[in-house]
Amino acid sequence: MEHASIMNKKRRVSDQLLEALIYLCAFLAVGLLLGIIGYVFWRGFRTVNWSFLVTEQSPTKGIMGIAGNIVNTLYIVVLTLLAATPIGVGGAIYLNEYAKPGKFVSLVQFTIETLTGIPSIIFGLFGNVFFGKIFGYSMLTGALTLTIMVLPLIARNTQEALRTVPDSYRSGALGIGATKWYMIRTILLPSAMPGILTGVILAIGRIVGESAALLFTAGSGYYLPKGGMGLFRKLFESGGTMTIELYLQMAKGKYDVAFGIACVLLALVLLLNLLTKYLAGRLNVENRK
Amino acid sequence: MQDSKISVSSLNLFYGENHALKDINIKIRENTVMALIGPSGCGKSTFLKCLNRMNDLVDGVKVDGKVLLDGEDIYDPGVDTTLLRKKVGMVFQQPNPFPMSIYDNIAYGPRIHGIKNKSRLDEIVENALKGAAIFDEVKDRLKAPALGLSGGQQQRLCIARALAVEPEVLLMDEPTSALDPISTLKIEELMNDLKKRYTVVVVTHNMQQAARVSDETAFFLLGELVEADETMNIFGHPKDKRTEDYITGRFG
Repeated sequence: MEHASIMNKKRRVSDQLLEALIYLCAFLAVGLLLGIIGYVFWRGFRTVNWSFLVTEQSPTKGIMGIAGNIVNTLYIVVLTLLAATPIGVGGAIYLNEYAKPGKFVSLVQFTIETLTGIPSIIFGLFGNVFFGKIFGYSMLTGALTLTIMVLPLIARNTQEALRTVPDSYRSGALGIGATKWYMIRTILLPSAMPGILTGVILAIGRIVGESAALLFTAGSGYYLPKGGMGLFRKLFESGGTMTIELYLQMAKGKYDVAFGIACVLLALVLLLNLLTKYLAGRLNVENRK
Repeated sequence: MQDSKISVSSLNLFYGENHALKDINIKIRENTVMALIGPSGCGKSTFLKCLNRMNDLVDGVKVDGKVLLDGEDIYDPGVDTTLLRKKVGMVFQQPNPFPMSIYDNIAYGPRIHGIKNKSRLDEIVENALKGAAIFDEVKDRLKAPALGLSGGQQQRLCIARALAVEPEVLLMDEPTSALDPISTLKIEELMNDLKKRYTVVVVTHNMQQAARVSDETAFFLLGELVEADETMNIFGHPKDKRTEDYITGRFG
């Protein structure tokens, strides 16, 4: 009896071709990224030294340093998170745990999703004429503008995290007499913490990388705050983050300085990503002892 | 009847348009185990949840009628559900320990009700674990995560968690349906023990279990309470033809 052959050379050739193509795509994606990072470090590392990081810029003395911009960046991150985290987490709790599904909830949900996709220059425009009218070019104006921008990021991540908490935890807690808020505080929030944190760190990344929304709201001041009161006064003074300074240096054609700042920014973003991974792993309640 | 712990009269429940419980009247005596039996969807779990108002959490539920607990109507607007659920504890079908240590799981309830003293909490935790017959298995690892326990241990932990708030009534919704036979046996033995101090109401799909553990049995069908009587009578001489058909397995 004739046996049917199980060989098929034609199919294997086309298969191999496709496989090669897929490998090529993967190498391109990784290669381009590594190329950019490598180029930025190669162009910038000579500019970055200790005094570049810890001195304040002074055009009159001809000194270039980004200490003021680093402080401004941290300042605006803290200020923005101070406002955006409670509102974002609170909003997510309301939507997930309190609101009854209906027109209003879908509207809020839709708004959040839309806000995520809006180009940041529109937030800048709005912040400039709205908060800017009251507080002028200031850290406060910038932070308020960014708050609106990162709010959906935090709210959505929190919502996702709350959704993954099993309902049996909720009924278990309510079933032994916990009030709803007590249940949220002791069971839901701890379980959702990795997700909330992911949202917060993504928000930090967004703030650190933002330029369009800040240029016409927080402005471009590069002075270090003077003393404790200076830190408070800073609230109402203009201050440019590292990204803003990078943009300004580039506009002036000072590419070496720009690449130097880019190096510092890249390092910061890398650090933030590692931090997210580490914290999300540690805070996972199921792993906790 | 003077010694009824819970007395339900003309209880009706609607899920939106769906009339899920129809004019239920029943009395549950103190320090007994009552089993609720009936085919899936007959309303027995829904009825159980009426007894500590867990149905409040479901959207679109309307309840009317009276549920008296020690003579007080639990659906009275003045009722604090926190106090009600402290008095009427609940154990669910799926073991649902919280993602925290064994100790913190048990201490969760007492902490809600304001107990913070460490030595007092230690004592409550130990007693609750002993009451749920799991103390010896976990006494050396109270700080270990509760989710690391086996299914049967988790369910006894949940019973202990319910006991820790010193309830008077314990509601159990198919507490052994997710467990293996040995764990089931342990929980059944426990129920026998629990009725000395508590009034127990248990929903079960397992007819032998109802016969083994309960003093009284109530048979539900299509949202109606067909018959409630001493377990011996229900299984020996049911008054209603439908009860007889169900327990002899002629329909289900």
